[in-house]
Amino acid sequence: MSKKHDHDHAHALLPPEPALRVQAIETLLVEKGLVDSAAVDAIVDAYSNDIGPRNGALVVARAWTDPEYLDRLRKDATSAISELGFSGMQGEHMVAVENSENLHNVVVCTLCSCYPWPVLGLPPAWYKSSAYRARVVREPRAVLDEFGLSFPKDVEIRVWDSTAEVRYLVIPKRPVDTDAMAADELAGLVTRDSMIGTGLALAPEAS
Amino acid sequence: MDGVHDLGGIAGFGSVPIETDEPVFHAPWEGRVLGLRMLMGFWRRWNIDANRHSLERLHPADYLSMTYYEKWVAGMVDLSVQTGLITREEIAQGHPNPDSEHLTPPVDAAGFLAFLAVGRPSTREIDAVPAFAIGDKVRTARHMHAGHTRLPRYLRDRIGEVVLHHGAHVFPDVSATLAGDASQHLYTIRFDGCELWGEGAEPGHTVSADLWESYIASAG
Repeated sequence: MSKKHDHDHAHALLPPEPALRVQAIETLLVEKGLVDSAAVDAIVDAYSNDIGPRNGALVVARAWTDPEYLDRLRKDATSAISELGFSGMQGEHMVAVENSENLHNVVVCTLCSCYPWPVLGLPPAWYKSSAYRARVVREPRAVLDEFGLSFPKDVEIRVWDSTAEVRYLVIPKRPVDTDAMAADELAGLVTRDSMIGTGLALAPEAS
Repeated sequence: MDGVHDLGGIAGFGSVPIETDEPVFHAPWEGRVLGLRMLMGFWRRWNIDANRHSLERLHPADYLSMTYYEKWVAGMVDLSVQTGLITREEIAQGHPNPDSEHLTPPVDAAGFLAFLAVGRPSTREIDAVPAFAIGDKVRTARHMHAGHTRLPRYLRDRIGEVVLHHGAHVFPDVSATLAGDASQHLYTIRFDGCELWGEGAEPGHTVSADLWESYIASAG
């Protein structure tokens, strides 16, 4: 943090080293009775162990295997995702967008780092990076190439900039030769990046 | 606000810093920040829009150099002081003022986990009927005010097509000032890559964004 320009910001009063800074502010907030440190523990535990991309993978696998579920997901994704037990903060208003032979979807938040937490957990650092936020709306093919993806020119790259409280979940294409696989096996092929649009679902032998 | 946070289309950041096998938190303090920020929100002295605006008001050099969780600490501390939950003296001392009242946190662990599954929906019922329909061509506003807004610079004064209508949502430009919801109809507008970036745009891409009714006007 530069000391030249932050004299009017209260946060400049904290220690400069992040771990010490956070310890200092947590101590103050707990001693003053503003927060319960056991509640902080519960939040860390929830996002470390329960709320992550396995949730979204179950949604995708169900959509691949259950046409009636896919229909509900298309009509009201928030409600369809909630059927599987995933709902709430940063996923209050969900939209599912499906990849096809001639359409590939990819999600960003150029203004901050909005991300569908109930189905994907917390965003990876690259999703929050200036480079991703700046570039994927302007040169999506170049960015996808850095993730190892390339598409013919006649495939539309459809970028979704999450500027409101609507959150987007990409439904990747189902890999070929997976007809015999059940939904719980298929979920193992669905990566986090495939649900952001910077990856594809894995081929069965690669999983 | 034409701030440095409004990154869409800016050049010079280099390649995307992809990290394999990335942990959820890179250090334990990041998780503490996540929890503290969520819990401080329960005092209801600010909302999600004011919180975003607190990050946008960081100095541009800090905004670009701080990590995500460092920005969260800074924004939370600045908002907590501005709204009187803590004082600058208490931060400097590291402890509550001896004369200050000892408070009771508004939510405990069980209460928070119950809230987490519900969240805070931003949809509202309003009397106004939507001014636009799916398929309408619209032009986005050219100028924006100095406060918080969710119309990015790269989408201003551009023509796009309405592709989704989401009902009415809390309007961030007003909500960030804590002056009420001022809800408006919200639409997804799709823009062609060439409309945004000119003839040199990459072939075959569109950008869709969720924009409030007052950001757009009919383009016939």
